[in-house]
Amino acid sequence: MADFKEISPNASAGAKLTNWFENRLPTAFDMYKVHMSEYYAPKNFNFWYIFGSLAMLVLVIQIVTGIFLVMHYKPDAALAFGSVEYIMRDVPWGWLIRYMHSTGASAFFVVVYLHMFRGLLYGSYRKPRELVWLFGCAIFLALMAEAFMGYLLPWGQMSYWGAQVIVNLFAAVPFVGPDLALLIRGDYVVGDATLNRFFSFHVIAVPLVLLGLVVAHLMALHDVGSNNPDGIEIKATKGPTGIPLDGIPFHPYYTVHDIFAVCMFLVVFSAVIFFAPEFGGYFLEYNNFIPADPLKTPLHIAPVWYFTPFYSMLRAITDEMLLVLIACVAGGAILGVTKFKLPAIVKLVIVGAAAAVIAMMLSIDAKFWGVVAMGGAVVILFFLPWLDNCAVKSIRYRPQWHKYLYAVFVVNFVILAYLGTQPPSAVGERVSQVGTLFYFGFFLLMPWWSRLGESKPVPTRVNYVAH
Amino acid sequence: MSETLVDTQKIDASKRTWLIASSCAGAVGVGAAAVPFVSTFQPSERAKAAGAAVEVDIAGLKPGEKMTVEWRGKPVWIVRRTPEQLASLSKVTGQLADPDSKRKPDEFTPAYARNEGRSIKPEVFVGVGICTHLGCSPSDKFQPGPQPSLPDDWQGGFLCPCHGSTFDFAGRVFKNKPAPDNLEVPPHMYLSDSKLLIGEDKKA
Repeated sequence: MADFKEISPNASAGAKLTNWFENRLPTAFDMYKVHMSEYYAPKNFNFWYIFGSLAMLVLVIQIVTGIFLVMHYKPDAALAFGSVEYIMRDVPWGWLIRYMHSTGASAFFVVVYLHMFRGLLYGSYRKPRELVWLFGCAIFLALMAEAFMGYLLPWGQMSYWGAQVIVNLFAAVPFVGPDLALLIRGDYVVGDATLNRFFSFHVIAVPLVLLGLVVAHLMALHDVGSNNPDGIEIKATKGPTGIPLDGIPFHPYYTVHDIFAVCMFLVVFSAVIFFAPEFGGYFLEYNNFIPADPLKTPLHIAPVWYFTPFYSMLRAITDEMLLVLIACVAGGAILGVTKFKLPAIVKLVIVGAAAAVIAMMLSIDAKFWGVVAMGGAVVILFFLPWLDNCAVKSIRYRPQWHKYLYAVFVVNFVILAYLGTQPPSAVGERVSQVGTLFYFGFFLLMPWWSRLGESKPVPTRVNYVAH
Repeated sequence: MSETLVDTQKIDASKRTWLIASSCAGAVGVGAAAVPFVSTFQPSERAKAAGAAVEVDIAGLKPGEKMTVEWRGKPVWIVRRTPEQLASLSKVTGQLADPDSKRKPDEFTPAYARNEGRSIKPEVFVGVGICTHLGCSPSDKFQPGPQPSLPDDWQGGFLCPCHGSTFDFAGRVFKNKPAPDNLEVPPHMYLSDSKLLIGEDKKA
């Protein structure tokens, strides 16, 4: 506990007020120092470092607009669709609040995908930032749940059938699946009970979890310090004052930097809200302007764009694809047993595990493995800190071909996303199967390929040219 | 790594035992308190009661036509198949995943529908119009011949728009499609020649 500080009687009124609060709530002043005025961030941040702050901004936009939408929305299967149209047509400025919220959902994913890609580029997930990355992945997962449940609320055709498909994913789990799906829906099909509980989760439960995770993400980040485009630990080179030589205080340097980014973001965000809120059917799908009809599936259903890469992987797992996967598991086990020097007991475990997985693949439907692939594509991100064995963190000092590999990874992800928006086709299925193999290969083989090639020498100080 | 080991503190064993015991008792209490909360996720009594049988008059259903009725919130199709449509069933047998409805018969095919047409009367097919993959409602593709998303030797049937599963006129799923099972045939019985009861059968 801090000692009580007296202030000179001739101090200004403002200083007296500050002193009054500082004696009664010193924690707030300490937090301001730790997180703002004395948080030293590397001075070489580039364009890629704006998306964390922007994600916070979008979170605030979603919470504020969400609060106002709840004032007019009715979570009732008979009234929900009408109440959203009522917000759009009859509530003064309701259309703006609703479009901000619906565009905000897509903006959230744009910003978060770019933020995650930044982490991948500069090795921001590596020691000692593993927990920052793990909390971040948990935020991504919570965000997906939040977006999915929010999409049911307008109770349009896409809301309804999208939820029907995703809830039925859980029914694919062996043994407990059908009961689990029933427990999620609260009825034998998606209905009023489902709408009500999704509303509760979307408005209360998941946002609370999300906020807690954001706090954890930031605390972990500020404890270990930010990474930077060079992937150099700035704390390793400190000046006589104990402050990193390549660090600058977050406030005012990066607050100003981020306010500029916020302005740029809001220009684009407003342009979308005012001129293309449906974004050609990508942000708000056309079929969702038709009220939910439990007896008729729209001719083409697809999730919103941010889920489509994962949806493509779900669709890619067919009976044929399972044979390929079985071959992969068997090949991996054979390689593990013959190529590496391992104790006999470990080899036995590898063979046993591979045999068990293959037996399960042969006995359980492809449908379940599609669900596993879709979930695994997200879960595998959590393991990234322990998959990357490269000698350096940042792409700047990695072998040149790593850049091409990352480029292929991005292109592959975009192709998978595109295919997920399209109706099923024979060619699309093949392409998405290759894409799925590449996606998983990229991560699962990373312990091997990230070690290959010659890394460039990493300097001790960051690259920085004053403007 | 520090070389010096931390002093192992003296533990008061009797206190520790009681701490562990009371923590376990607390955990059981929390677990028990969670039961009512999780139970609220189950279908309500009202939802369970809403699953009553539906009576349908199919006198006006012409050959080649389909009607849809709602039972337990699900679409139930009634199709009066034409002789050509019935003939197509035996043509596609080789391309089906489970032509004889042997997979999970208790769940998908009642005993009286375990035949080629999966029906009581050969021409009238009654099935739940929910794809066994992920619960979309397949659309009608009754017209034979090549068309988008379908093979060139298409004999007519149903196509699920979500993931491309195809079914023949008896709701039997084609091979190598995401859907694992044939469409469910609900329990049903004829009250008279043209009156159908969906949701109940004679053994019930």
